Amino acid sequence: MAVTREAMLEQADQPSASLRLTAQEIVWAVLVVAGSLYAGLFYSASMDGYEMVILAGSALALIAWGRYWSPVRPLSVVVTVLVLLALWRYGDDYGLRQRDFWLKYFLESQAAFMWMSTLYVLATVTYFVALFSRSVFIGKTATALTWSATVMGLTGLLVRWRESYLLGADIGHIPVSNLYEVFILFALITALLYLFYEDRHRTRAMGGFALLAISGAVAFLLWYTFDRQAHHIQPLIPALQSYWMKIHVPANFIGYGAFALAAMLGVAYLLRQRAEARHPDGLLATVLPSLVLLDDVMYKAIALGFAAFTIATILGALWAAEAWGGYWSWDPKETWALIVWLNYAAWLHLRLSKGLRGAPMAWWAVIGLFVTLFAFLGVNMFLSGLHSYGTL
Amino acid sequence: MNDNTASKPVTRRTLAWVLLELLGSMNLAITLLVVVAVASVIGTVLQQNQPYPDYVLKFGPFWFEVFRRLGLYDVYGAGWFIGILAFLILSTSVCIYRQAPLLWRDMTRFRTGVQLRSLHGFHQQAEWHLAGCEPEKVRAELTGLLAARGYRWRLRTGDDHQVLAAMKGRYSRLGYLFTHVAVVVIGIGGLLDGNLWLKLKEWRGELRIETRDLPAGRIPPESRLAPGAVPAFRGNVMLPEGSAANFVFLRMRDGFLLQELPFAIELKDFQVAYYDTGQPKSFISQVLIHDQEQLGEQPLEATIRVNHPLVYRGYAIYQSDFGDGGSRLELRAWPLNSGHLEPSEARGAVGETLRVGGSTGGAMALELDDFRLFNLMPEPDAQPGERKFRNFGPSVGFKLRDAAGSAREYLNYMAPVQLEGRWFYISGMRDRPGAPFIYLHIPADPANSPQRFLRFNARLRDSAGLRALLEPPAVAVEDEFRRDLNRVRLNLVELFARGGFTAVTEQAKAVVPPERLKEATTLYMNILRDALAEVFVAVLREEGVNVEQAIGEREDAFFNDAVGAIAALPAYGSPFYLQMTGFQQVEASGLQVTRSSGSTVVYGGFLLLVIGVFIMFYTSQRRLWAWLAIEPTGIRMLLAGTGNRRQAEFAREFNELAAALARRLGPPEPEPVAPDAVHSSTRIGKRQ
Repeated sequence: MAVTREAMLEQADQPSASLRLTAQEIVWAVLVVAGSLYAGLFYSASMDGYEMVILAGSALALIAWGRYWSPVRPLSVVVTVLVLLALWRYGDDYGLRQRDFWLKYFLESQAAFMWMSTLYVLATVTYFVALFSRSVFIGKTATALTWSATVMGLTGLLVRWRESYLLGADIGHIPVSNLYEVFILFALITALLYLFYEDRHRTRAMGGFALLAISGAVAFLLWYTFDRQAHHIQPLIPALQSYWMKIHVPANFIGYGAFALAAMLGVAYLLRQRAEARHPDGLLATVLPSLVLLDDVMYKAIALGFAAFTIATILGALWAAEAWGGYWSWDPKETWALIVWLNYAAWLHLRLSKGLRGAPMAWWAVIGLFVTLFAFLGVNMFLSGLHSYGTL
Repeated sequence: MNDNTASKPVTRRTLAWVLLELLGSMNLAITLLVVVAVASVIGTVLQQNQPYPDYVLKFGPFWFEVFRRLGLYDVYGAGWFIGILAFLILSTSVCIYRQAPLLWRDMTRFRTGVQLRSLHGFHQQAEWHLAGCEPEKVRAELTGLLAARGYRWRLRTGDDHQVLAAMKGRYSRLGYLFTHVAVVVIGIGGLLDGNLWLKLKEWRGELRIETRDLPAGRIPPESRLAPGAVPAFRGNVMLPEGSAANFVFLRMRDGFLLQELPFAIELKDFQVAYYDTGQPKSFISQVLIHDQEQLGEQPLEATIRVNHPLVYRGYAIYQSDFGDGGSRLELRAWPLNSGHLEPSEARGAVGETLRVGGSTGGAMALELDDFRLFNLMPEPDAQPGERKFRNFGPSVGFKLRDAAGSAREYLNYMAPVQLEGRWFYISGMRDRPGAPFIYLHIPADPANSPQRFLRFNARLRDSAGLRALLEPPAVAVEDEFRRDLNRVRLNLVELFARGGFTAVTEQAKAVVPPERLKEATTLYMNILRDALAEVFVAVLREEGVNVEQAIGEREDAFFNDAVGAIAALPAYGSPFYLQMTGFQQVEASGLQVTRSSGSTVVYGGFLLLVIGVFIMFYTSQRRLWAWLAIEPTGIRMLLAGTGNRRQAEFAREFNELAAALARRLGPPEPEPVAPDAVHSSTRIGKRQ
């Protein structure tokens, strides 16, 4: 078939069409739809109408996400295969997690989380080695480690979902119900957000900083597992038995993850700025990501986090209207969510309207993390209220 | 909030103008955001809406009064806090009022009147010199490309130039409008749903907060609210099974108000379902709604669970609490400070007060406070870190109040509990509210009853019996040493029974010089122990136990536990041990009834906010201008553009457009480097 040069140029003159689908994208969409239909039919007995709607919505969101950012597709496929493998090994016997080789050392949720933890910590170190040695190969290794950790964490979380049902049909629930489970979610979401920006900005220089936040979460998880034995699957208290949990909690953690990422980039920004001022030709001033890039990604992360946090808080309010008798009760957790929201609203006003950039905004992003951390952890530790689950 | 500032020329500075300027200013807005955030912290650090006596206890009378006047016990209902919120809403409204016309202009005008000079200042620009070209042809090429990218344009023709002004994504400007209107809408809706109405009525003297503990029927009219008197409220009512109510209580500061409902709620049944592990799985109230007006004689049947409220006539009814609705209890009181072990039987319902004889003869009030069927508590024998729970079975909570009005609180478990392999009847005691319970462990005998312990205890208080056992008259005559020893034994046992080990050591301190105190105390303890053991053996013998053979480790352990428990009795403070022998449970369900007329407004605001936030962050308004200067030699075209957000994406689009144009019109002229035009995100954009 003859394609003229003019025809090709003509095509190049068209704006990159956003509605045209490639063959790969069609396959992707078909796979997601088929998988969701199967899941919907297979587990229909455990779902109510709202949950069916959430499933359909998740399928659409996954299709859109996979189109917007293609690495989501292989990630989903690999995780699906691993989860199916685990489900197949399990059958209906929860006890197999101690006896079956594959489950015990690899796929059982606890094993998967240990893999995830190890890989994230390795990835953190590797990113920093790559940063200071300026080695592309080591950088690629770090990326691969982060992806592997994410695969294992996501697999573990999904397997844990099934495991809760193996423990008892009335115990089963999505694993975002306590501090232990949401910490894993936090690590995964932060990693995915980072990987997205790494891919879009074609730089691995931010990796060490982003993964440092994740390693912090991993350290907490390990302490929580081994010292507090918090990893056991517990049945849901009545207040949490609602479809709202499936959307409220993940939306919240997109916010927390994005804010954490922004804060770590803020740290990198301040380091680089200080290094540039003191030793403009020193190692730190040259290997750290550029101030412009850090500033840009920091803004994008906060904007995304703010949007997600807005949705999450609204979903929380709607849930509260169904569970606690009102959409707003000035419960400590609610109030702290509002404080976080106001904090980043102020940040965004300064940035968008006043055009403020640079060190003060980076400092603010770092301090913002502490406000966020208090909302997320401190409230559960120090204050009492309606959100009293997820205590230490 | 003065996004994309385009300040109007200032002509007059009236007071109103200055006020408006201040209220709409960005700095005020940010300050208010931070002030609201900081003020909100107070209410999370200081527990809100607790009973006032708790605060007095915590802060002392002076600071209690200071904090009360500042409204810190209900920060979010305090005038000053609502004032700040109102101020934030006002400031946002002013901002919208001032920005809306600018926004409208931004959305509708193409800005064909742009100056060439300002176009040169843009971050994105490219310039062509096109010899022998018609402006129409250039425009046709340009508009073709612009149309494909979704731009709309206007043309202005000047003497020696034409300006093509294009834009797209003008609705991006709505992001600002939506988010800020949403804040105002949510704020107003929230204020409507707050306790503003009650405050207003109270301020106008139509309402008085009731602080006495009165039954619903006797609450005076000035503390009652008729149905529909306020558009929003949140109230609670505790309904025992089989009872009904057509009102709820609204808690206000240190008292309450009664809100009448246009219907009655009857609790048919309340159930708690449990998981296999013993943790509660669901709380379920079966209710009947009686409403002559709407339903006639036929009541509406409904189930209310956590997360599944019943909405009836705009009132939402929630499962929020549960408790005892007056369970009927059978009780047996065993005297603890008498030598004569004669139990007295009593019956009572939770909530009732019984009269009992006190230790000093005066009457005491026994207030039956609570009954619980299940007591799920962390496993006491668990390894550290292990999360195990155990059901300790039914319990009764009661208070013993003496004539002076001071009370001790007790919590007695009905069934014995196994701890470290031994069985105990457990009774908790505390002498002030909120303090942790101190537990008395009464060892259970082989028949699983507290009786052996009680008999042993009674025996120690039976002077005649003790004397017969420890000071037999036969000995008293013959051996003087023996006789003295017996007297000491008797004294020590009586001392111990009255005041525990402390009384014994106090006695030693009183009669023995300090240098020999330790030695003497040990001696006393040994003598006491032997004497107690002798009494215990007598108790066993009485029971019919063959003491010569049967005393083993178990009896030893029992003896030690019993002595420990008797030693703790003086601190326990009750003249009797109250044993629950039977019960008939009546449960009560705590229902919350709310009405929030502002909720639809607030939900509308939520929707607006989400849409606004996404428009704001993820769309952008983009403008392009093509300035075609018609010169004798041809056309000089300057293409310039700007986007209000997402500069990187705009830069990419601009570069694509310039490249496409270059393919049609030939390469542009080398870009002049304008030092001030290098913008951060543009650089990134171009690199990609």
